[in-house]
Amino acid sequence: MPYLSEEYDICVVGAGHAGCEAALACARLGLQTIMFTVSVESIALMPCNPNIGGSSKGHLVREIDALGGQMGINIDKTFIQSKMLNVSKGPAVHSLRAQADKSEYSRHMRQTLENTDCLTIRQAEVTELLVEDGTVKGVKTFSGASYHSKAVILCTGTYLKSRCLYGDVINYTGPGGLQAANYLSESLKENGIELLRFKTGTPARIDKRSVDFSKMEEQKGDETVVSFSFTTDPKDVQIDQVSCWLTYTNQNTHEIIRENLDRSPLYSGMIEGTGPRYCPSIEDKVVKFSDKERHQVFIEPEGLYTNEMYIGGMSSSLPEDVQYKMYQSVAGLEHVKIVRNAYAIEYDCIDPRQLYPTLEFKSIKGLFSGGQFNGSSGYEEAAAQGLVAGINAAMFLKGREPLVLDRSTSYIGVLIDDLVTKENREPYRMMTSRAEYRLLLRQDNADLRLSKIGYEIGLISKERYDWIVEKERLVQKEVDRVNHVSLGANAAVQKLLEEHCSTPLKTGTTLAELIRRPELSYDDLAEIDKERPELPYDVREQVNINIKYDGYIKRQLKQVKEFKKLENKKLPENFDYSQVKSLRIEAKQKLNLYQPVNVGQASRISGVSPADISVLLVYLEQMYRKK
Amino acid sequence: MKTNTIAAIATAMSNSGIGIVRISGEEAFQIIDKIYRSKKGDKCLSKVLSHTVHYGYICDGDKVIDEVMVLILKSPNTYTREDTVEIDCHGGSLVMRRILETVIKYGARPAEPGEFTKRAFLNGRIDLSQAESVIDVINAKNNFSLESSILQLQGSLKNKIKEIRGKIIHEIAFIESALDDPEHISMDGYHEKLMGTIVGLVSELEALIASSENGELLKEGINTVIVGKPNAGKSSLMNLLTGKERAIVTDIAGTTRDILEEQVNLDGITLNVIDTAGIRDAWDAVEKIGVDKAKEYLRKADLVLYVIDSSTDLDENDEKILKLLFEKKVIVLLNKSDLEKATTEEMVFSYFEKEGMDYPVLSVSMKEGTGVKEIEDKIKEMFFTGEIILNDEILITNVRQKSFLQAALDSLNMVKQSIEDEMPEDFYSIDLVSACEELGNITGECASEDFVNEIFSKFCMGK
Repeated sequence: MPYLSEEYDICVVGAGHAGCEAALACARLGLQTIMFTVSVESIALMPCNPNIGGSSKGHLVREIDALGGQMGINIDKTFIQSKMLNVSKGPAVHSLRAQADKSEYSRHMRQTLENTDCLTIRQAEVTELLVEDGTVKGVKTFSGASYHSKAVILCTGTYLKSRCLYGDVINYTGPGGLQAANYLSESLKENGIELLRFKTGTPARIDKRSVDFSKMEEQKGDETVVSFSFTTDPKDVQIDQVSCWLTYTNQNTHEIIRENLDRSPLYSGMIEGTGPRYCPSIEDKVVKFSDKERHQVFIEPEGLYTNEMYIGGMSSSLPEDVQYKMYQSVAGLEHVKIVRNAYAIEYDCIDPRQLYPTLEFKSIKGLFSGGQFNGSSGYEEAAAQGLVAGINAAMFLKGREPLVLDRSTSYIGVLIDDLVTKENREPYRMMTSRAEYRLLLRQDNADLRLSKIGYEIGLISKERYDWIVEKERLVQKEVDRVNHVSLGANAAVQKLLEEHCSTPLKTGTTLAELIRRPELSYDDLAEIDKERPELPYDVREQVNINIKYDGYIKRQLKQVKEFKKLENKKLPENFDYSQVKSLRIEAKQKLNLYQPVNVGQASRISGVSPADISVLLVYLEQMYRKK
Repeated sequence: MKTNTIAAIATAMSNSGIGIVRISGEEAFQIIDKIYRSKKGDKCLSKVLSHTVHYGYICDGDKVIDEVMVLILKSPNTYTREDTVEIDCHGGSLVMRRILETVIKYGARPAEPGEFTKRAFLNGRIDLSQAESVIDVINAKNNFSLESSILQLQGSLKNKIKEIRGKIIHEIAFIESALDDPEHISMDGYHEKLMGTIVGLVSELEALIASSENGELLKEGINTVIVGKPNAGKSSLMNLLTGKERAIVTDIAGTTRDILEEQVNLDGITLNVIDTAGIRDAWDAVEKIGVDKAKEYLRKADLVLYVIDSSTDLDENDEKILKLLFEKKVIVLLNKSDLEKATTEEMVFSYFEKEGMDYPVLSVSMKEGTGVKEIEDKIKEMFFTGEIILNDEILITNVRQKSFLQAALDSLNMVKQSIEDEMPEDFYSIDLVSACEELGNITGECASEDFVNEIFSKFCMGK
């Protein structure tokens, strides 16, 4: 029987946040790309919380944007509330978070994909991976059609053999009742890919008309909204915003949960997958933090054209009747009507240590993967990996150098390095504490850090590139100038200091010294800085931060210099470490298994000691000299 | 703060002659400029010609530590091919240690085991044929320092450091949770609370550093192990040397089952005297443990005092002991000279001779206290002729651990400073993390996963 057969450069399996970025990157780099999805309606779906960004995730979105990805642009067009988090803290942890209109977000992304050249969208379930001699050759779909390509990017999210659970109810579907992908897992296993089983969960969606907001605290957006994308005109994001609402659980809620714990599939042992500790279900919170009298609950709109609202903080897999009791015990939710139940979802994913930092499989050439399939969690983490997998599939086809971002360049670099290097027993979430050089990896300088790279790849325009070069020049020039401006203890200076409740000067000082005072900033001192040039806001912001935190920044730069030394020492591919006589046995086993790409990565593998690294360095030098 | 300029004592820790402290790395000259004073006080060593020698003093601020000769060696014509400074000082272990500590205080870090050799190789100074031996040096030194730094660290001290580290991790986890989930976790009033904690931790660390100056981290000195068959008089010797009635002395063979350890000072030479259980075929399980331990200590001994009961015959147990003494520095003590002799000095000599060994033999009586002075003189003689040397790795380990404690303390003081300067909270964790890493170097714990675990287990995050 004849089956359909088509040729493409690249197949992308899945159209979630990872799949969209991967497909867009490939198509924009001129490669014929086909993207598969079980349902075209579910492109860029947000099956859990209605937010983009948040602490450290906002950084990821900025970095995606700086490299030429789509997420930032898409949320800037579809957000309904926005907040800069942590503004009272240091600039490194300022983080943007927006409430999205979910269906608009999805619709807008779909429109972008549909209007991108070289990109084909196809509704079909991919059931088989085609591999010959350790090289990927394409995919097969449920209908028997084959799509031949030189690279495949797997972005299957939470759909592989997924099942949704609450109480004793099991639905063998993907999120939100969408069709699961039940065949691909077998084909992956046949090709030697090891799978893990992870679990996550989501709270119920409720009907806005059944909520009593008078018993809750209103949570408004920022007065002046900052955009995610460096390309968005700031004027375009000053919109009328929608509010979120804050309420709390109480002892009664906790009592209801405790009484019904035995009916939760998590506690009855029905769920096999490992769940994330950072977004615990309300059952987990009540059990693990039993001393807490109440937990916060955020009621968030899912969009402008729906009455559905999301109950942030109360994900659950308790049975339907308990969910009702539990939610109705919360102030303001006494008469709440559930539209969609809360549930836990289990799915197949991989141990990402099977991947190189390029996100290509070590064992199958041309096969890449990104997103929740790689054991991560979160829309932003997924999009970041999708973008990198897409770029690297394209670089692979073009025979160009792959994109590997190290830990000192970006949160994306930290994310991928952690995934491909460290043992991970739960869905991986980005956190600012994971970035050791976070003072350098701020959301405000993502463009300065990454846009030149994005330009070299071909995803950033010449115009944007030129502005980055100019911005760098302006910042440096102004920092140099400010460091050399001396100020006397004259009346104008003292008056300004007094206005800002700052101690008056006893002797002369420099402008830079004054900027370093906690109560002052670069902009505050404009009046007494006669020679100051006219500069755009984003340049002034960089000058202020660079001067204010100069000491800390220099320290981190020094640490980065040390870090790079090991990172630049490449290790050979498919190397047999058992021939390195003096390595300890555990180190030999781990190194053989995970085949790190450089000595820096090797040093981060658990079970490889500093002494092993010394031995490795000497051995490498020995090999190098023999050549 | 981490630096790439390393320092170590390059000579053996004997009290003879000259000691050398070596510094290598980018900041070597910068550091020596800070601590070197020429006689007239005007010489700047970073400006002098390479491969020149300079007379002067090593000072810590106004305090003169030693009179020295300093060798300036500019890259690349040095052992490591980096800028190198060699400080030739007086050979006393205390002086060398003080100089090393000063060098570290002014910006160097203690070298990792085998690091000079490693650098020499990586920078192309040593040729390929020596690569294997470079790896061996790294491994041997590392094994030792692992043993001494982690295993030998006294239990209570290790627990103390772990406890301090645990408290720091808790604070980091709190700050990080609040940064990650600002809407669930508030930092109101946290500054004062953290300040209180830091002040407490600073004084605890200061106390630890003060105690490390009295050598309480690891016992330094010549590891002197007393061996012999049961009831040969080992415990009596221990008591005579230490002047204390510490070991249990009875006439029943096999009474010393635990290892007893004491420090003895012989005119400035520190001995770590270790009394062991008598070595024989042990029937008793408890005693067997003691014997195994004794063997272990013998392996690490710098000097062995082998006590033989002259009133009994040499037997197969002596032969067992003999095998353990191979390639060791030994003084044989023929005890019980007050009793009738079954074994004479000549018999002992010839007994050793057939094994190809030649050790000094002294006749003593522990019971009457005769011969103790001779033992002491013999030890001193062996030390000053350089025949026995101090196990310098322990001293190095102490210096390293002290430098980790000091670095942790510096980091905590930076946190204090940041709080006083009203820096935002995320800046506190930069230095808290450094403090934690420095302490982790001592306890052998790695930080990054600890934070994440603490965050999830102690603080309830949202969604």
